[in-house]
Amino acid sequence: MVDLNVQLGKLQLKNPVMTASGTFGYGTEYSDFIDISRIGGIIVKGTTLRERQGNPYPRMAETPSGMLNAVGLQNKGVDYFIEHIYPTIKDVDTSIFVNVSGSTVEDYIITAEKLNGLEKIPGIELNISCPNVKEGGMAFGTSCLSAAQVVKEVRRVYKNELMVKLSPNVTDIAEIALAVETEGADSISLINTLLGMAIDAEKKKPVLSTITGGLSGPAVKPIALRMVWQVAKAVKVPVVGMGGIMNATDAIEFILAGASAVQIGTANFIDPTVSVKVVEGIEDYLIRHKINTVTEIIGALEV
Amino acid sequence: MKKFMLDLIVRRNETLNDQYSLLVLTSSEKLPAMKPGQFAEVRVDNSPSTFLRRPISINYVDYELNELWLLVQKIGEGTRKMCELRPNQSVNLLLPLGNSFSLPVDKNSRILLVGGGVGIAPLLFWGAWLNQRGYSCDFLLGGRSEANLLQLNEFKRYGNIYTTTEDGSYGEKGFVTNHSILKEKFDAIYTCGPTPMMKAVAAYAAQNNVFCEVSLENTMACGIGACLCCVTDTTEGHLCVCTEGPVFNITKLKW
Repeated sequence: MVDLNVQLGKLQLKNPVMTASGTFGYGTEYSDFIDISRIGGIIVKGTTLRERQGNPYPRMAETPSGMLNAVGLQNKGVDYFIEHIYPTIKDVDTSIFVNVSGSTVEDYIITAEKLNGLEKIPGIELNISCPNVKEGGMAFGTSCLSAAQVVKEVRRVYKNELMVKLSPNVTDIAEIALAVETEGADSISLINTLLGMAIDAEKKKPVLSTITGGLSGPAVKPIALRMVWQVAKAVKVPVVGMGGIMNATDAIEFILAGASAVQIGTANFIDPTVSVKVVEGIEDYLIRHKINTVTEIIGALEV
Repeated sequence: MKKFMLDLIVRRNETLNDQYSLLVLTSSEKLPAMKPGQFAEVRVDNSPSTFLRRPISINYVDYELNELWLLVQKIGEGTRKMCELRPNQSVNLLLPLGNSFSLPVDKNSRILLVGGGVGIAPLLFWGAWLNQRGYSCDFLLGGRSEANLLQLNEFKRYGNIYTTTEDGSYGEKGFVTNHSILKEKFDAIYTCGPTPMMKAVAAYAAQNNVFCEVSLENTMACGIGACLCCVTDTTEGHLCVCTEGPVFNITKLKW
């Protein structure tokens, strides 16, 4: 048996495979297809202080090897999560993170504080990178100053694992990663979606109601790999890599580039069982290469 | 209802005309229970241009022959590839997804099923289902021209058929909402088709105080309520068409 455990700060994951926020609901949506407790971690849907209706339909466009979305953080708010959703997921045997987003620094602080008390939520993923909301979101994650400020303030109130999710829509992502590490992030996840656009030429109109949206899927994988590589070299905290992972080989590439864990996003829409297949595939890879623990291949890229 | 991911086998793929095919799938195991109005998410292949699954209505389930029917219109690359599938090829599907049409309480209800184009697909299964449970129904089917009126031989097993074509090539000329049958009184109307058609049918039903359910065809990614891409605006806010629908009572929709 190979050892798949990985460490994110003080938190141990049973394996390095997590599911990305906004692609896996609250986990239970997938329980007809897989035993979701086999996944290393689940990042639940982006949660805000107050309920959000999200953006108008249409919110999605299929693109070559990927898709654009402009959901805009539709959710019922953190109080609803705590009261109605948390009780239904708290006994799932995996590490459940809540993805937290806000329009103001105060929103982030209050939401994080409310989640502090939940025994079965070992961490939050601070989303400073959503490209689909007018206020907040990506605006926080595209300058070192604002990224540092929101992480600093949330760090003050949030005691558990603080993962910060970065936007790729920046000139130098390593610089932002260093800024959030300095302010106390326990781990850094990347990449959120790349800002993109789709046009319906016949109608002479944008496909999305918001004109622009976030690109995900295999189309973004080379960019994501490059950014994970750059960030992993720049920071000491664990890095969680994502962007277009469709199978175990993709996941291993991210781990070799320096990711301690990975998140699977868009692939869940194509194959609802993919996360478990990736866990099994990583195990097979380690056996085939006669490696005992997955931690041995973190950042093991030979250059 | 429990959802499954299954590899089904193509039994036959009947070309109905240059735009439509009837894809008949089977399995070595018994097909799961499915209800009218539900749909399947069909994986096309791994080519870059058909990345996501395609949501396709369940057209009919023949439990005796262990057959699932999908009516496919060639709209883009994905549906074109589905129309080209050959017998014995394997197709991966998620099913059954979404909710279903609701049965009227009164068995003597006068029921009309209104379909347009490929939107007729779920109405065949629904018509058969109603018949099997002792209800009778009529069908009002519309299309741009005769080529868009499909499966009339199958529909007529379950009720009277009324038709319209926009070019007058078959049945009454015009839209379904212009058909003379609508001068009669119905207790329940179920409709699926292009959005302008469904909106017109919903407006007719609302004016005449008739119970009405519509089956929406929003574009979607996951099909299981995770991505929140397929929402429609309702009296309860944005709801996923894939899990809260595809069937909605018109009183719930903000049309």
